[in-house]
Amino acid sequence: MTDRPLSRRDLLRLGLTAGAASLAGACGWQGGRLMPALEGASRLNDWVGEKVFLSHRHLAKDYPISARTPERNFPAYTISQRLPQLQDPASWALEVGGKVRKPMRLTMEMLQALPRVRYTIKHHCVEGWSAIATWTGAPLSSVIRLVEPTDEARYIRFDTFDANYYNGWDLESALHPQTILAYAFNDRPLEPAHGAPLRVYSSTKLGYKLTKFLTRMTFTSEKPGGYWEDQGYPWLGGV
Amino acid sequence: MIQDTPPAEEEPIAPAEAEAGEPAAAPEPLPVAPPPPSRRPLVKRHHGIVRFAHWANALLLLGMIGSGLQIYMAFSHFGIRGGPYYPNPWDGKPFPLWARLGGWLAGGLNWHFALAWPFVLTGLLYLVYLAVSGEWRSLLFRPRDIPRAWQMQLYYLRLRKEHPPQGKHNALQKLAYTSIILLGALSVLTGFAIYKPTELHWLTALFGGYELARYWHFWAVWIFVAFIIVHVALVFLVDPASLRAMITGWYRGRFPSHD
Repeated sequence: MTDRPLSRRDLLRLGLTAGAASLAGACGWQGGRLMPALEGASRLNDWVGEKVFLSHRHLAKDYPISARTPERNFPAYTISQRLPQLQDPASWALEVGGKVRKPMRLTMEMLQALPRVRYTIKHHCVEGWSAIATWTGAPLSSVIRLVEPTDEARYIRFDTFDANYYNGWDLESALHPQTILAYAFNDRPLEPAHGAPLRVYSSTKLGYKLTKFLTRMTFTSEKPGGYWEDQGYPWLGGV
Repeated sequence: MIQDTPPAEEEPIAPAEAEAGEPAAAPEPLPVAPPPPSRRPLVKRHHGIVRFAHWANALLLLGMIGSGLQIYMAFSHFGIRGGPYYPNPWDGKPFPLWARLGGWLAGGLNWHFALAWPFVLTGLLYLVYLAVSGEWRSLLFRPRDIPRAWQMQLYYLRLRKEHPPQGKHNALQKLAYTSIILLGALSVLTGFAIYKPTELHWLTALFGGYELARYWHFWAVWIFVAFIIVHVALVFLVDPASLRAMITGWYRGRFPSHD
């Protein structure tokens, strides 16, 4: 090249500028004073996710059983250090209450007497991994119809016996035909690793929304938080 | 409509030689004495929308890459659980703290999803500007640019002595700038495919499914990184006046500013 544009000083200046920019831009920075703006953007994305992307008509692809992920490769996370297990499974029941006309206590027999949904679908974890398994359970919509939510009910809060894990859902996703209260995994009764005796499963949300070890379902008018969501994870977690 | 100077009347000529006023058959590879920069005309080269889109994109892209690398670290493989995983030189490897944005997975996600919208909007603004202004004509790589790009490559490899004639951009630049727009579109589309793999299942299927869409999304990062390195290096090595043009809009350099 004929031009000699780049003196040593220019190079130094360029390097310093680029270095400062990348330091300010990255360096594991969480956001500092920009955090409220980030949370606002996250709420906007939740709104778009629910109002634009979520469709009740669309069902996730049902895979053949041969597509199942080997069970030893299907991760199972809990908040508790030790796997949460019921002392007396026979006395377990799901409490359903809050803004409903007919609060209920649903035993496993009652849940299994409800319509049954069984599908083999892909699980999407927020971390980026995916895996396929078969889940069987009662549609959450049939439980919702049973308890008759009042007009004020807009959200559902799920409580668990896994330490302080809890989760909040929008009613729209809860009513999706592929959102179920699952009691079986790969055609066997749900095991403790996957949230026995009852967990939420759905094609509409990421894994951290699919609450395990259920004890209670509460219909609310205020948006419930969630164990991970309170720490910054997107609230809707829609896929 | 955006030209501040009359368009060039004839076929654009090799700029350095023209400005140096030397015969085309000069014995040296390039003339050694172009006029001093102050004597070259100052011409308008970049519209304000282009400059805004360029610098907004530079910042947004850095943020998208940094937060994307943070997200990658939560599961540093490609392929469904149980494998086999797709070939990846970074399989199972972390990225250094300085390259990451967000601090942890949730922070990375929030940054990534917050910056994604301005990234898309800036890209659309730029594309609309290109279409409406007619500027796309000097930027779009077309079949007729293939031999020109080859000549330009020969020149860069010192296998051709004279700088091939060019307009606002040479054929290799057109190839690069056309490709990078396509890469941006690919990044956005693969991004949506892994953001809503159930709701946008048709889009996810277009890229071969969730795992492959995530894989292409990741490779797009490295093409962007390579582009940025070459792009910045060429600005300083070949045409430093173009940096000023991208900041102020005005250009006083060795190449034509219009086709």
